[in-house]
Amino acid sequence: MTGAPLLALRQVETFYGPVRALSGVSLDVHEAEIVTLIGANGAGKSTLLMTICGNPQASSGSVSFEGRDITRMQTHAITRLGIAQSPEGRRIFARMTVMENLLIGTTPVGDAHVDEDLARVFDLFPILRDRTRQRGGTLSGGEQQMLAIARALMSRPRLLLLDEPSLGLAPIVVRRIFEVIGELNRNQGMTIFLVEQNAHHALALAHRAYVLANGEIVMEGEGRELLADERVRSAYLAGA
Amino acid sequence: MAPQASSISAALREASLAAAVALVLALPLAGVRLPSGAAEPLAFRPWWVVAAVLAVFVGRFLIALHISTRRPRAFAAPPLFDRALGAMTPWRRWIFAGFIVAVALLPLMPFADRRMIDLGSLVLIYVMLGWGLNIVVGLAGLLDLGYVAFYAVGAYSYTLLAIHFDLNFWESLPLAGAFAALFGVLLGFPVLRLRGDYLAIVTLGFGEMIRIVLINWSDLTGGSEGISSIPAPTLFGLSFTANPAAGETAFHQFFGIPFAGVHKLIFLYYLILALALLTHVFSMRIRRLPVGRAWEALREDEIASRALGLNPVMVKLSAFGIGAMFAGFAGAFFATRQGFINPSSFTFIESAIILAIVVLGGMGSQMGVVCAALVLVLLPELARDLAGFRMLLFGAAMVAIMVWRPRGLLSHREPSVRLGDRAGGAP
Ligand SMILES: Nc1ncnc2c1ncn2[C@@H]1O[C@H](COP(=O)(O)OP(=O)(O)O)[C@@H](O)[C@H]1O
Ligand SMILES: [Mg+2]
Repeated sequence: MTGAPLLALRQVETFYGPVRALSGVSLDVHEAEIVTLIGANGAGKSTLLMTICGNPQASSGSVSFEGRDITRMQTHAITRLGIAQSPEGRRIFARMTVMENLLIGTTPVGDAHVDEDLARVFDLFPILRDRTRQRGGTLSGGEQQMLAIARALMSRPRLLLLDEPSLGLAPIVVRRIFEVIGELNRNQGMTIFLVEQNAHHALALAHRAYVLANGEIVMEGEGRELLADERVRSAYLAGA
Repeated sequence: MAPQASSISAALREASLAAAVALVLALPLAGVRLPSGAAEPLAFRPWWVVAAVLAVFVGRFLIALHISTRRPRAFAAPPLFDRALGAMTPWRRWIFAGFIVAVALLPLMPFADRRMIDLGSLVLIYVMLGWGLNIVVGLAGLLDLGYVAFYAVGAYSYTLLAIHFDLNFWESLPLAGAFAALFGVLLGFPVLRLRGDYLAIVTLGFGEMIRIVLINWSDLTGGSEGISSIPAPTLFGLSFTANPAAGETAFHQFFGIPFAGVHKLIFLYYLILALALLTHVFSMRIRRLPVGRAWEALREDEIASRALGLNPVMVKLSAFGIGAMFAGFAGAFFATRQGFINPSSFTFIESAIILAIVVLGGMGSQMGVVCAALVLVLLPELARDLAGFRMLLFGAAMVAIMVWRPRGLLSHREPSVRLGDRAGGAP
């Protein structure tokens, strides 16, 4: 890897009350990379993504974006720097329409480019184009996940954080979602930090990968390297 | 479907709890008969207490059983979305437009007498307050139990500005709204970190505090006596008095018609109708703007909203402030309509009625607020004999609606973006 990383975490610790969820996590994400973080349920993957967004904030260590320390910044200010998230469980605004969900996504950048950006996300997820007036809560799980990613893209992010986009989806839908993530990276040069339990797909797609266990990074390497690793296979790819 | 043992025992538990509450309430309320003369002693009526407690127990038990057997998941009602979507047809707008026309023509009808017009403007005050509170509770999802505080701030600031600074109605109306909005923001600042129930309790406290300040700051507010001889509004400088002061022209003189007291009532009716419609148009439009969407998004999911860049403090404060502004306008109108104000017009029960209008109307539904205001304001006014039963009816209605229509009488949310606004974003 050349140059300074786009996102850098150094010795990050995050607590929920007295409980330590992250203990000394360090990792880098470089421009135009897909980096994945795999780990078992409860390892602290979602906590890590939320800590990058400052909700909750790290109690020690540092998070920096484009060389700028964002550890103590407020969540809404962080999104303005160009970090967007598709949160765990998708968190679609169920009673609002697909279009309204997408428009909320423009909050950090305003609506100057909204038509152009809508066209872009509809090209990526054509199904959403036919659903603009439908309420978010009535979409299928796969459509909701597409909406969550599209909504995040509406803020023209420089870094896209995805928390378990494959959770609870049928295999064919999962494949489609991962295809789109790959396209986003190849065609638009989007930098993506992908959190997954579905290690097989994620490792096959990612340039680099980290393994998180009990709030600590226990392994890192290239995606394919980890995919071939015996310990990773037995711990995270059993049955795959 | 036969009730299961677990649901029966749960229903029994709920019924016992309700019966215990009923016992505490019934002892002083039903158990003691107030003497008609001073000489008579208090009479204790144990059977009344027993009857009340039994009635509550049986009633609560049956309701609990009904809910648990027939509608196991009454509160997780996603089909409402579908129903609401189906209801989003043009005929709804036509009905609403027709309704507005009928309301606008009402005072001109031959059968419209003074009392009817006066009642009409009273209902419209509550419709406006309901629409205003709907911004806070329905759109932004902030449970505000002290809304009457802003109504009071509007009424008193209008009155004080009109009396001490000699401003006319049209000059002080915007100022009254601005003062109320300012109060909304100031009070909102410390409390908006709280959620749900806590927010409700603290806003309730603030509502009462404002009223107590109004009572005790008697130099400014006249204390519990209040302030009288508040100037009446004028129509482009035309007053509605029989004998205008020198240099003034009265409405009837200008149009060369005989003086009639009803002219003023009709004018007030149209004034509040215009203010209420302003509130309605504003809340409809703001939902299509980023700030209105932000209110709804924050109500739906605060974590997602924050991750998407909304600043929750600003979003909530704007809802609180704008909701308060409309209460301020309504308060100014109330003051000018009454001609006098005192703190007893701004008790907690007013907040409760306004909230009931919003809740019964189906949070977020504009037409529902109108229906609920009609019922809640007109029923007690028309049936004054039943005044003693007012609160009882009120409570029964609330319970019934919470059981059968937990999302309100006319629950429905219109999408704020329609086809044509942005035709699917097609390139
Ligand atoms: N809001 C919270 N409050 C307290 N503890 C939490 C909270 N969210 C997560 N945790 C705890 O932090 C740990 C990591 O959780 P999480 O980040 O959700 O893991 P993952 O996303 O890897 O499944 C878990 O032990 C979980 O119980
Ligand atoms: Mg998680």
